Amino acid sequence: MSTVSVSVTVNGELRTHEVEPRVLLVHYLRDVLRLTGTHVGCDTSNCGACTVILDGAAVKSCTVLAVQARGGEITTIEGLAAPGEPFSAVQQGFHQEHGLQCGFCTPGMIMACTALLGENPDPTEHEIRHALEGNLCRCTGYQMIVNSVRWAAEHPDGIVPESSDAASSAPSTQGAGS
Amino acid sequence: MIPVSFDYVEATSVEHALALFAEHDDSKFLAGGHSLVPMMKLRLVSSSVLIDIGRITELSYIEDRGDHIAVGALTRHREVEGSSLLAEHLGLLAHVAGQVGDPQVRNRGTLGGSLVHGDPAADLPSAALALGASMVITGAGGTRVVPAAEFFVNFLETAVGDGELLTEIRFPKRTGDGWAYQKFNRRAMDYAIVAVAVQLGQNPGIALVNMGSTPHFASAASAALAAGSPASAVADVVVEGTEAWNDANATREYREHLARVLTIRALAQTGYTS
Repeated sequence: MSTVSVSVTVNGELRTHEVEPRVLLVHYLRDVLRLTGTHVGCDTSNCGACTVILDGAAVKSCTVLAVQARGGEITTIEGLAAPGEPFSAVQQGFHQEHGLQCGFCTPGMIMACTALLGENPDPTEHEIRHALEGNLCRCTGYQMIVNSVRWAAEHPDGIVPESSDAASSAPSTQGAGS
Repeated sequence: MIPVSFDYVEATSVEHALALFAEHDDSKFLAGGHSLVPMMKLRLVSSSVLIDIGRITELSYIEDRGDHIAVGALTRHREVEGSSLLAEHLGLLAHVAGQVGDPQVRNRGTLGGSLVHGDPAADLPSAALALGASMVITGAGGTRVVPAAEFFVNFLETAVGDGELLTEIRFPKRTGDGWAYQKFNRRAMDYAIVAVAVQLGQNPGIALVNMGSTPHFASAASAALAAGSPASAVADVVVEGTEAWNDANATREYREHLARVLTIRALAQTGYTS
């Protein structure tokens, strides 16, 4: 059985492995690199739980062969903030606005939201919902995810304003349906 | 789900890709992989060798050629969707590209890949048909040009033969002409249960999604449009020649009903008056 050499930069670190051509990027990340933050959900490119950022664009890693990512730069959920370091703005937004319940969709959701804010730092509610077409969440009803993205857009450094402790626990009115 | 094992080779140019195909038995071309990889994962398709054409950058472009715009086959949906040149001259194409799947799919999938897959439920073939596109097919013997109306020959089968590649798609400019795309589905990223693409102007075209085994050009309705018939008369003949199937989403009768209703809606959206 043939293998190919795959070199990719994952979360800033160059990784090189011999892999079978049929290995999917999500399995390469989870099983070879042991970066298990990226989830396998539907495994049919519907749910978006496996979303990672490849060369600046959100992709469903269950539908990309690892070999197709050769030479690319990948960011996974683990790459957004090192352990003990402050969360990224989107991660903090999900924390502030309760953008998750069970958490299974969250890594993919956060990567799709991160890609969105990279292209459009101040999206409207409609733009957020359109950009998240490819990510399913069965817990939140999406409203709190939309609020989380708006929080991140309004706090691009991810820092919670000190004076707004009480206010931050109340649902944001920004981005909510009008 | 994991595909059956295969060998992988990477093509660096169109000529190289064609040479690799000649060299390897039982090989397939891999572009963005968003039709092929899911089918391989489901083991509906297997192949001994995948020839990756996804890195042939010479096939990714959107060029103004005077009376038409040429789009390289490996141009990703995302680039088609966001092109200001297409927005100005071919609004239908740019809009339909933005209706494919979801952002992650559009970041990987390619225009040529979607057309060559020939899925009757896909969005982009309807735009190619309604716009009267021409397909440039390259093989060992050179290139030939096939009109979109002759391109989709059977279920998941196109005019592209073994050892050939779709390399470019040419769209006549439709600057200032009305267009609309009405897609009926239940979740945002789903395939259409039925969709209707309408392009007005000098050679008006109506094409239907998921109304039979191939993407369908509604020739009677397009002729009615060219003759200036009322919208209701156009809708009355829109399902002529279709062979929609029954499945879990819809019966044939319901699909025909949808095609008529969506045609009326699309024409209303363009402001069409007979």
